[in-house]
Amino acid sequence: MSALLHEPWPSRHRQAKAYRFGMWAFLGSEALFFGALFFIYAALRTTHGAALEAAARQTNLTFGVLNTFILLASSGAVAASERLSESQRGKASAAMVAAALLLGVAFLGVKLTEYHEDLARHLVPAAFDGVAASFWSFYWLATSVHALHVVIGLGLFLRLLVFAHRAQLAAHKASLRATALYWHFVDIVWIFLYPLLYLAGRGS
Amino acid sequence: MIWRALREPLIVFASLAVLLACTTLYACLPSAPFKPFVALGFAGAKAALVIVFFMRLRQSDGLSRAAPAAALAWLALLFLLSFADLLTRS
Repeated sequence: MSALLHEPWPSRHRQAKAYRFGMWAFLGSEALFFGALFFIYAALRTTHGAALEAAARQTNLTFGVLNTFILLASSGAVAASERLSESQRGKASAAMVAAALLLGVAFLGVKLTEYHEDLARHLVPAAFDGVAASFWSFYWLATSVHALHVVIGLGLFLRLLVFAHRAQLAAHKASLRATALYWHFVDIVWIFLYPLLYLAGRGS
Repeated sequence: MIWRALREPLIVFASLAVLLACTTLYACLPSAPFKPFVALGFAGAKAALVIVFFMRLRQSDGLSRAAPAAALAWLALLFLLSFADLLTRS
């Protein structure tokens, strides 16, 4: 049995298939976790729309646009890494993983800068009453849990870069695929958080 | 050769960037109608591009498709039953 083939799988092909299904099942449970958070927002917006939009108008749209663009680019880099790996271009594939990692770091840098500004402007639940307090609770909870997922993703990218450094990235194609799936999911969560947090109540 | 591998990710990323610009501009238009629904529509379109082209759900086997399908079904139930309760309270 090869060092890359683990029990109980009879072949690398079956193992890769199990990795994919395992990651999809995990992402399904993650979708339900974030879905419950999104429901809280949807309920608040349905019952107290105007007050929630007034609170959301205070988020910094520039940071929101910038971070959405960065995360979309990062997702694109991971997708490119997978395609390059399939074309037997190991070095270019590793370079794209490194690019995705750097973009993820940039995302966290922008988010921390935004948090710093939020704190300076006292945009915290304790500074408000009623729906505004609920909105800022949602903002801090959702963005911090998402940022935690980004940090985990960066750890997974580092693991792939260690494989690449040992010239083993091609042999760990299943890990690259599973990491890519995870990162795209983190991107999708942000795609939905962006309009909820940054676009609500704009232009009025 | 390298361009062939990068072509699809680049086109999808460009489309995502265009959708991001569109949703932001629409949200900033004064008194444009149905803003929350339009914003969620754009988010859904972006998510669909990521799922279909980046996550390659179309090329995945049936078992891998079953997991997101089940998640979607449970999410639909969560929203349906919770909103049924919320909207019918006196």
